[in-house]
Amino acid sequence: MTVTDAAQSPNRTRDNVSGAIETSDKVASHLHPKGSFRVDDHPVPTGLEEIWRFTPLKRLRGLHTDAPFGTGSVEFSASLAQGVKLEEVPADDQRVGSSGYEPTDRISARAWEAATTATVITIPGDTVVGGATILTHTGVSVDAASAGHAVIIAEPFSVSTVVLRFEGSAVVADNIEYVLGDGAQLTVVSIQDWADDAVHHSTQHALVGKDAQLRHVAVSFGGDLVRLNVSLAYDTVGGEADLLGLYFADAGQHLEHRLFVDHNRPKSISNVDYKGALQGEKAHTVWIGDVLIRKAAEGIQTYESNRNLVLTDGCRADAVPNLEIETGEIVGAGHAATTGRFDDEQLFYLQSRGIDESEARRLVVHGFFADIIHKIGVPAVERGLMDAVEKELAINIGTPDSYAAAVDQTGEEPA
Amino acid sequence: MSTLEIRDLHVSVNTEDGAKEILKGVDLTIKSGEIHAIMGPNGSGKSTLAYSIAGHPKYTITSGEVLLDGENIVALTADQRARAGLFLAMQYPVEVPGVSVSNFLRSAKTAIDGEAPKLRTWAKDVKEAMDRVRMDPDFASRSVNDGFSGGEKKRHEIVQLELLNPKFAVLDETDSGLDVDALRIVSEGVNRYTSQGDRGVLLITHYTRILRYIKPDFVHVFVAGKVADQGGPELAERLEAEGYDSYVQAAKLQAAQN
Repeated sequence: MTVTDAAQSPNRTRDNVSGAIETSDKVASHLHPKGSFRVDDHPVPTGLEEIWRFTPLKRLRGLHTDAPFGTGSVEFSASLAQGVKLEEVPADDQRVGSSGYEPTDRISARAWEAATTATVITIPGDTVVGGATILTHTGVSVDAASAGHAVIIAEPFSVSTVVLRFEGSAVVADNIEYVLGDGAQLTVVSIQDWADDAVHHSTQHALVGKDAQLRHVAVSFGGDLVRLNVSLAYDTVGGEADLLGLYFADAGQHLEHRLFVDHNRPKSISNVDYKGALQGEKAHTVWIGDVLIRKAAEGIQTYESNRNLVLTDGCRADAVPNLEIETGEIVGAGHAATTGRFDDEQLFYLQSRGIDESEARRLVVHGFFADIIHKIGVPAVERGLMDAVEKELAINIGTPDSYAAAVDQTGEEPA
Repeated sequence: MSTLEIRDLHVSVNTEDGAKEILKGVDLTIKSGEIHAIMGPNGSGKSTLAYSIAGHPKYTITSGEVLLDGENIVALTADQRARAGLFLAMQYPVEVPGVSVSNFLRSAKTAIDGEAPKLRTWAKDVKEAMDRVRMDPDFASRSVNDGFSGGEKKRHEIVQLELLNPKFAVLDETDSGLDVDALRIVSEGVNRYTSQGDRGVLLITHYTRILRYIKPDFVHVFVAGKVADQGGPELAERLEAEGYDSYVQAAKLQAAQN
């Protein structure tokens, strides 16, 4: 067994000590969030709370206080893969809440209360679904906030891919539930490709069934502020989850990803792997990787990793991995978080082979993201992401063939 | 016929205590078809010379010139110098995770030639170049130098030398860390490159053992940031027998007198 422990704040150390003598599952730490559907149970955050301390509350457009939710600001369209069913159901439908999730912050609770209907997507059992189901949300206005709720049910032994696309301008708070039946294999790709003024608070929670496999990929490129909570728990033994993420923050953007893996059952596996790049003044990313290994979770295996590549001055990348372990009877647990500047030696090596600086930077950033993109396993999405990375790079360091273009136009090498 | 001339080159690096001069007036002229060996003790500035010629931004050329066919190239960036015909085989080739060798080689070849290599022949050229240094073709799909052994990194440098075929190649301690077999394979690669007859080599080394395989036309002894002595291949033999000690002592004496 290998255990790599998180850097502990004095506060957390105290929690762990009390946890060590605790005989029940009730340990006081933010890794044991007590959810509630009642909005009033979640006081308006001040920004000092552990879960809010990285988020610029002022830019949340009142989502965290009491901004009213309206309708008509987000257009929804769905392209369903064969056999996949879509229903719009009232909020009291029994499938709403079937992931077992209870809101753990005020915005999530407010969105839950405000959404009077939910979109339920059902993937038929014992079926390998070809192609991807694509749910597109296009924001048309930031004047009124929108609340959304979706439940995606992967019936037992189904294999499928669901892509959530978020684009345009909007202020959105949503709750998205994933319920994986026994042996189900579900790939979810959540792409936050918003316009520059969008604000998105998304809470996505999965319940992973027996021997089921969840692959969740978060991709955040656009938006003024994106705060994505991805959490999961296991329904019983044998579940496996890969949580992958890729983000690219430009000047002024705040992109926050908060992961919580609740190893509440024995013999489950989780892997968290997020990579981000930052460029431009006040580009800010936050990655929180919380993993809780409960007393019952013997024989589990977990690893989480976050790597950030800082491309220019003036950026800030926060990365906080937290691992709370209540049983030593596990296969392995570890984590790593790094934030590094662009490597000048890599740049020089490529340049010394004739490759100009912008192309060299492009190659290095591509290389940085390549392994995570190739893990997604959905070719169309992989190609799209490579293009998106390309687009981001064009903002700062010139288009990839700027060298060739400059030569074509002037007949000389650019200075 | 090309020439690479280094004239009274002074180079400094920034340290915590301010700028430190490493090269203190280097003069060298290399013509195509010639192999020059630069030999010297550790810390004499041999690698600084290599990096300065290649255009590493860490090294500041405070005075002097590097002329390629009469054109001063000190104001050019590393990539511009490479496109002008220079190549540096590094002592410690850099790892670039996620960038495949084949993508890297194609990008470099495209940049050097100003046009993409012909698809049909390029794959074959790469495979043959790798075969010649006994590199498994699987390396083409691996990340550049990532997880390569020391010897594999050096062979990869030679693959690049052969494919990019520069006018002048600076080989910075290409022999270091190689076992006898790898040293022979790498040396054969350099000899294939020079056998074209119109290519120049600046071979930087600490030891004489690579000179059993690569025969220099000129040998320069490099001590304390400048050329302390020069001669023909016989000078290397003398160094083999006597070492650098007398040169180091002489340089110390001179420094003390200044």
